[in-house]
Amino acid sequence: MATAISVKNIGKQYKIGAAETKFRYNMLRDVIVDTVSAPIRIAKAMIGKSDRKQNQNFVWALKDVSFDLEEGKVLGIVGRNGAGKSTLLKILSRVTEPTTGTVTVRGRVGSLLEVGTGFHPELSGRENIYMNGAILGMRRAEIDSKFDEIVDFSEVSQFIDTPVKRYSSGMYLRLAFAVAAHLEPEILVVDEVLAVGDAEFQKKCLGKMGDVAQQGRTVLFVSHNMSAILRLTQEAIVLNKGQMLMRAPTQQAVDFYLSSGQSQAGEKNWDEQDVSQANAEFTPLSLKVKERSGKVVDTIRSTEPVTLEFEYQLNSSITGLRVGLYVSTMRGEYIFTSFDTDDASLYENFDTRSAGRYVSRAEIPADIFNEGRYMVGVNASSFGVKRYFMDENALAFNVDISGAPGTQWGEPRVGPIRPRLNWQIEKLEN
Amino acid sequence: MTEITKHEPHTVYIKPSKGIAALNLRDLWIYRELVFFMVWRDIKVKYKQTLLGMAWAVIQPVMTMLVFTFLFDRVAKLPTEGIPYPIFAFTALLPWGLFVTALNQGSRSLVAHNNMVTKIYFPRLILPMSSVFAGLVDFAIAFVILVGLMFYYQFVPAWNLIWTLPLFLLLAIITALGVALWLSAINVQYRDVNQALPFLTQFWLFATPVAYSASVISEQWQIAYSLNPMAGVVNGFRWALLGTGNGPDITLWVSVGISILIFISGLFYFRSMEKTFADTI
Repeated sequence: MATAISVKNIGKQYKIGAAETKFRYNMLRDVIVDTVSAPIRIAKAMIGKSDRKQNQNFVWALKDVSFDLEEGKVLGIVGRNGAGKSTLLKILSRVTEPTTGTVTVRGRVGSLLEVGTGFHPELSGRENIYMNGAILGMRRAEIDSKFDEIVDFSEVSQFIDTPVKRYSSGMYLRLAFAVAAHLEPEILVVDEVLAVGDAEFQKKCLGKMGDVAQQGRTVLFVSHNMSAILRLTQEAIVLNKGQMLMRAPTQQAVDFYLSSGQSQAGEKNWDEQDVSQANAEFTPLSLKVKERSGKVVDTIRSTEPVTLEFEYQLNSSITGLRVGLYVSTMRGEYIFTSFDTDDASLYENFDTRSAGRYVSRAEIPADIFNEGRYMVGVNASSFGVKRYFMDENALAFNVDISGAPGTQWGEPRVGPIRPRLNWQIEKLEN
Repeated sequence: MTEITKHEPHTVYIKPSKGIAALNLRDLWIYRELVFFMVWRDIKVKYKQTLLGMAWAVIQPVMTMLVFTFLFDRVAKLPTEGIPYPIFAFTALLPWGLFVTALNQGSRSLVAHNNMVTKIYFPRLILPMSSVFAGLVDFAIAFVILVGLMFYYQFVPAWNLIWTLPLFLLLAIITALGVALWLSAINVQYRDVNQALPFLTQFWLFATPVAYSASVISEQWQIAYSLNPMAGVVNGFRWALLGTGNGPDITLWVSVGISILIFISGLFYFRSMEKTFADTI
């Protein structure tokens, strides 16, 4: 069989440090200084002598990744956030150039990264299908021939001549996905889009992906959802910090990923190298998800309370310190934020903390989360003064909902929370 | 029902580009329909949810012409080589309008479509190109008004505009596209372009013989004046349509040379910056 994708020693280097200059604009003084010095800076940048370059750090988002993929194979890509999965897909779909290495791609690459790209709110559904199709590289004749199929798939045929700005977000997504799903490229790249839309629609999308794979097309599938990876792919690669750790039959790769600790199985430990040396006063040590018995777990039961424990070292006394937890869905929507000194008495006692080793522990009550996977971020800062540490994607955990309210119906429920509400039913009249 | 088209898929090589990138005209050809769709979308969306709709394409140049007529003809009484001032000004406003649209829309095109740039591959040249082409529709509408004005003033243009006018229109497009290529690529990194555009447009208008005749510039400054490529375009339009000026002389060739230089260098600058667009935008 012919090779569809051949990746050789791909590396991608990004500049970091640009964000720092952005935040400097918070102060008027900086704005003025920046404005006055702008012409000099631009002149320096133009002749290639930027003084900013010296402060810039470079980071390899991908390094020395090589693999071949045969035509018609479905390859899963797993790895934690920041492992380089998206960068790899961006290189394969030619959005960005690699810094080193070469890729040979045989055929058209269609990616479901691009759902709805180029949609214009003022144009009707019909017009947007043509527009979006053209952006994805479809010929007009090709769109004509698939038009009815796209409309059927999207389930918005009634509103096809309405401007999409009048669409609900669900309709909008369905239409956008329908166009992308009918592109029929030789190589399809799918990145977590299965998270969009309602459950029924997700099922349709997975079905579509299965069809594509059965037609002998090549598929690259990135997901945090291990059961989807296991179901849809035969082989998978594991990425970590931009490097490819292994390529193996899916079951083996997933086992490796889950057991190697990168899957963040209920616990995250920070090494010295992970932590910026700039903030010497605060060193994060570990973050743990614990069930009631005190066992560290990757999957919690929604019907039981769960404890999040963040351990850290203060190397000098810090005033106004607060340690916070952010919990969000895998799509990045925040569910809640909480700080260890939210409570008035804790605030009084721990606003100033002397050097030493600490643990901040929070119990999340039962009946909060719905089924799914959630991300915990941690943050340590003095309000308005300084941020000592931040890791937005420190740890992920799964929620099992057996016994949760409403599970007798066995249908998925929308929304990230699944509270046990105090319902009352009264009969008012006969 | 989904049949796979049985053509041999073409192979794409992805590697870091070094030095001056090739223009990659093949991809531009493959994506030619996208240019059409982008232009169509720009036109379609431009006057959506406006009360007057396409009438704006008429109102804008006509109002400018009326203001110019009042200021420069009635008040300042500028010489127009015997041509009724409204026609004289409007002939220049045609290419100028095209240029301003291209300058403004084209320079912002990459940043305005950053969601496309960061998510999918297509030849980025398409964005500034389609902004410039979209301006041609307003140009066509304004041209109809000019024909109306000529009927009103019973002005008969020379027959050779059949071939001279398209050439000068091409020069206008090349100039506009060249500038748009430079500014759009710079704008990706330095948004200063956004801030500078209104000022640049205004300054450039004064430096171009739109409201006045190029003949008011004294002889020894003519060559320096023609370093502004739009001076060549506007003078060319007046020569082709109204028969004023000297026609193709040294000053015109200087303007043409500058236009082509801006265009070619713009193409290569754009292509060399293209690889970093998705990362820096």
